[in-house]
Amino acid sequence: MFLVAPTLAAFAMSLTDWNGSSNDFAFVGADNYTRLAADPIFRQAIGTNVRFSLTVLVFQTVLSLGLALLLVRNTRTNVALRALYFLPTVVAAVSVGLAWILMFDPNFGALNGALDALGLGDLAPSWLGDTSVAVYSLALVQFWQHTGQVMIIFIAGLQAIPRDLYEAAAIDGATKGQTFRSITWPLLAPAAAIVVAYTTIQTFKAFDLVITLTDGAFNTEIISTWIYHTAFQYFQFGYGAAGSVVFLIILGALTSLQFRILRVDQ
Amino acid sequence: MRRFLAGLPRAAVLLVFAVAIAVPLSLVVFTSLKTANGFFASPFSPPSDPQWQNYGRIIDPEGENIWRAVLNSAIVTASTVALVLLLGSMAAYAIARIRGWRSTALFAFFVGGLMVAPQVYMTPLFVIISQLQLVNTFRAVVLVSVAVQLPIAVLVLTGFMRSLPQELIDAAFVDGGSEWDVYRRIVVPLTRPAFATVAIFSLVITWNDLLFPLLFLRVEELRTLPLALLQFRGEYLTNYPVLFAGVTLATIPMVAAYLAMQRYFVEGLTAGSLKG
Repeated sequence: MFLVAPTLAAFAMSLTDWNGSSNDFAFVGADNYTRLAADPIFRQAIGTNVRFSLTVLVFQTVLSLGLALLLVRNTRTNVALRALYFLPTVVAAVSVGLAWILMFDPNFGALNGALDALGLGDLAPSWLGDTSVAVYSLALVQFWQHTGQVMIIFIAGLQAIPRDLYEAAAIDGATKGQTFRSITWPLLAPAAAIVVAYTTIQTFKAFDLVITLTDGAFNTEIISTWIYHTAFQYFQFGYGAAGSVVFLIILGALTSLQFRILRVDQ
Repeated sequence: MRRFLAGLPRAAVLLVFAVAIAVPLSLVVFTSLKTANGFFASPFSPPSDPQWQNYGRIIDPEGENIWRAVLNSAIVTASTVALVLLLGSMAAYAIARIRGWRSTALFAFFVGGLMVAPQVYMTPLFVIISQLQLVNTFRAVVLVSVAVQLPIAVLVLTGFMRSLPQELIDAAFVDGGSEWDVYRRIVVPLTRPAFATVAIFSLVITWNDLLFPLLFLRVEELRTLPLALLQFRGEYLTNYPVLFAGVTLATIPMVAAYLAMQRYFVEGLTAGSLKG
């Protein structure tokens, strides 16, 4: 009831010019959609969202797989390190965002402090205030927070691979690279598919972080924050709802695509 | 020695990532214990002379009164977790007990909700909530949070309940137990580990959520912790120590709970990854 009704309501609203509060609104048909298609800000939000998602996807997947391979054995140190890496997952995105406002601070931030110490102070960008940099700074924070979580999925996948396969490979004299390519990687594919699917969806929903760090300024508006700002700051509910419908279609397409990939892999 | 050297790159990678995780979190705590001038003078060092008055300013009932936000967050979170467990376990029990297409349909109905991102629905949800006259009530946030979290809860609980030994349940019915007795006295106690997983999942998501409070709680007395922090950001951007005293206070409960019940946190939060 809370799922079907909003879908229909969103679609119905997207055909109007409603401002969110008055009872006075008109049916405008597909006007909102033609306007969306030509709206440079909405297009930019989609572009930013794609850049954000791809950056997080690449770094988070590679990094978490690497860490999982290093920490797969259940030794005492490994378990402690996993617990540390997982820690940011339990912290609110708002708190994480504020912690990184501190890290990114141009004068007192640790990132610029570290660059200064290395004699690279001149290279320091304006992490959150440069339209070509800010979205990648946000991506950094996103995968800082979630790499440890995704690593756990990889570790579970790695631990599910039967030991005898590795023993057989060792007896056959396979190198480490060969073993990874012909045993680990193919058997890890289902876990990898879950990670890729999860990470992608998660990045499209990274609302709290963007609101906290930049509130969409400096070219960091993603689709979810665009909907929020359009509906709740500019009171264009109908127009925002049209954006929601497009967002829904994008997410639906991504999800079904990923389900298909998952099935192919199994 | 050779083994030691061979292990060095691995240790280096692990250490670098450990430092990368620890530094931002430690700096938050360090900063919260400095004076503004102390912070400007040496932003990275541990505080030499802890300034607890930053926390005093945050908890001061005449000032930021963060206890109010803590209490609000606790009310919203506790109600949400309780309802998710109650409704989720009842739905899961029904799905696991009845057989055939009705069970499948019910399961599909609940789990279909996994496909939904609440961000997509912020406008229509707001309209429904205002039609119900629930704007500026905790019920709005609780109702919507429960609806959004139920799919995962049903998925996890149903999976667990289906794996319970059927003989045990049959035996209870033979002994004359009612459906309610079996649910309450047999199934719920046996499902406790899955309950813990779902409870933690719901706890962390609700406690940390910004979106629903932002949409539905529009007056200061009702603000939850993430909303309060967002407002502090605006007020104290020139006074980091006070801002980060707030961040530290808001974060301690989750980190403490995580340290105490790590296993359930890892299970609960990776249960969310089954969403796809």
